[in-house]
Amino acid sequence: MLSSVSEVSAAEIVPQVSKDEYLRAFRWLLLARVLDEKLAALYRAGKIPGGGVYLGKGQEALSVSVGISLRTGDVYAPLIRDGAGRLAFGETVVEALRNCLGSVLGPMRGRDGNVHRGRPRDGYLPMISHLGAMISVVNGVLMAKRFKGQKGVVGATCLGEGGTSTGAFHEGLNQAGVERLPLVMVVANNQYAYSTPTSRQFACKSLADRAQGYGFTPHSVDGTNLAECLKVLGHAVALARTGNGPQLVVASLLRLCGHGEHDDASYIDPRLKESEIGRDCLELSEEHLLVNSWASKQELSQWRTAAQRAVEEAVALVQKEPSPDPYTENWCALQTGRFAEGGSK
Amino acid sequence: MSITYLEAIREAQARALAEDPRVFIYGQDVGDFGGAFKATKGLAKEFPGRVLDAPISEDAIVGAAVGAAIEGMRPIIEMQFADFSTPGFNQVINQAATLYWRTQVPCPITIRLPSGGTSGSGPFHSQCMEAIYAHYPGLIVMTPATVEDAYSMLLEAVAIDDPVIFCEHKYLYYHLKTDRLPTEAMPAGKARIARPGRDVTIVAYSAMVHEALAAAEELSTEGVEVEVVDLRTVKPLDTDTIIASVARTGRVLVVGEAFPWGGVTAEVVARIATEGFGLLDAPPQRLNAKDTPIPYHPNLWSAHRPTANSILAAVRNLLRL
Repeated sequence: MLSSVSEVSAAEIVPQVSKDEYLRAFRWLLLARVLDEKLAALYRAGKIPGGGVYLGKGQEALSVSVGISLRTGDVYAPLIRDGAGRLAFGETVVEALRNCLGSVLGPMRGRDGNVHRGRPRDGYLPMISHLGAMISVVNGVLMAKRFKGQKGVVGATCLGEGGTSTGAFHEGLNQAGVERLPLVMVVANNQYAYSTPTSRQFACKSLADRAQGYGFTPHSVDGTNLAECLKVLGHAVALARTGNGPQLVVASLLRLCGHGEHDDASYIDPRLKESEIGRDCLELSEEHLLVNSWASKQELSQWRTAAQRAVEEAVALVQKEPSPDPYTENWCALQTGRFAEGGSK
Repeated sequence: MSITYLEAIREAQARALAEDPRVFIYGQDVGDFGGAFKATKGLAKEFPGRVLDAPISEDAIVGAAVGAAIEGMRPIIEMQFADFSTPGFNQVINQAATLYWRTQVPCPITIRLPSGGTSGSGPFHSQCMEAIYAHYPGLIVMTPATVEDAYSMLLEAVAIDDPVIFCEHKYLYYHLKTDRLPTEAMPAGKARIARPGRDVTIVAYSAMVHEALAAAEELSTEGVEVEVVDLRTVKPLDTDTIIASVARTGRVLVVGEAFPWGGVTAEVVARIATEGFGLLDAPPQRLNAKDTPIPYHPNLWSAHRPTANSILAAVRNLLRL
């Protein structure tokens, strides 16, 4: 899958992904898919306050590989299709559901919703909707850690191919390159930015070729292949962690759902769905487990049932939780209450 | 010894760097060069590694400041000119201004905007951006008009746990001087009576305070006593001090250097109309720059912005109403 001679081949340096690592990643991938399926069902049932549901179907192998490659003390700014990565990084199903179902106990307490969630103090940054805007924020966290003398930390952030067309992407990557930050920029080329195909998005042969212009090390990966994603992301994160500067990972895959659940994605070329990048990473990884005798069909079925049970229990819990109350809400956007317009908090 | 408005800004940053290891400065040419206006002169040498040149990337500069603030730092950002904050606008209003509300994690960043017109600076090096930023929840907007305020309010901006837009006026950089830096200061968020008077109130901020004071001096010779209110911060707006002054005089002119549509002067007039209507002896008046881009040629520029003369005319008109 390498598209440039200058690229580092992860396979040459990184050993094969172990059974344990693969299984651990697979379980997060499966849980993320099951959670997404439940969110879609809740959306169709009209149970999502605000109405928006954005799923990661087809991108979980890549996403989980980012989250699982990071560790405590690292920084992670995921995007809308990173449910799997979020779980692997340490988010719980309950936390995700609280934000999607509008529980006041959620991380954003109803002030922001669905994919806009995080815990900044834990290095888990909540995305804003403006694409590319999180890159420089991760850069800033990494610069601050450097000020404080912290070493061996990595920042990772994710974007679709559409987000690479923004000025913020250019500024963010250039800044990371100038500061030689331990940033891993992960681009999921899922072929469509909402409805816009790649032919209307960029004119270069591969987005990985942009790495050279920013002083990044490029990596390309088949985003449908969990083992490859684990290898390449593990390698890119290890390079960043050991002082080799910023890394750009570009994954080829296909979004297997609409932009959101309101979108039937009728614009997706059927030939892409039939092509190699149109394969479902969950099905491929299940085959991988069976072929290698790492799991039996019965185990796969049991794991799915267990994931469904965990999600159902979390939904039952969160649906009983209170929604935010506009009458008791603290309508103050400032930490310093005495500077609030219209009285202090 | 005398110290200018610009030197006060430099001294405030030096003190913030000296007293708080979490403070760093990031912006274009702020390092060894000392900044386009020399507001960071010598600081890179005095505080190695803490005064960093940035690429010409206003979006990424502000974004990085937000990230650093999340990680516990207190960055000071220098925009080379207030006009150039527009490429960083998204990060200011959508990232910095929303962070605390969304996450309860504060965002203590200070963004210095060298603002306002100087002769010959033209459409893209003269703008006043305070109203644009004041529009958004989650930001504090300071507009110091004196050397003392430039110093003490910048120190306060750095100490505040919220994002502060610090509009320092380029026209005042070299024109204003004082003998020594203040040892105590009026807190931000409170307006100041720059000159007491009984006949008419002029509400102003930043460089317009000095135009208003000059007009007041002239009117004094004609027996008209003007009270000048210096807003100091435009957000929050100290409505109490404004209303109290209007209660004393019954007549008010609000002066701003920014464009006329909406903005600070309109907000002040709206508050007077809603909260102090019964105190007025005449309709509240506004005076702003003209509704065109800011012109280059000195002849045009001096007619574009409010001046002591145009304020004088506006007050005379107000006294006839």
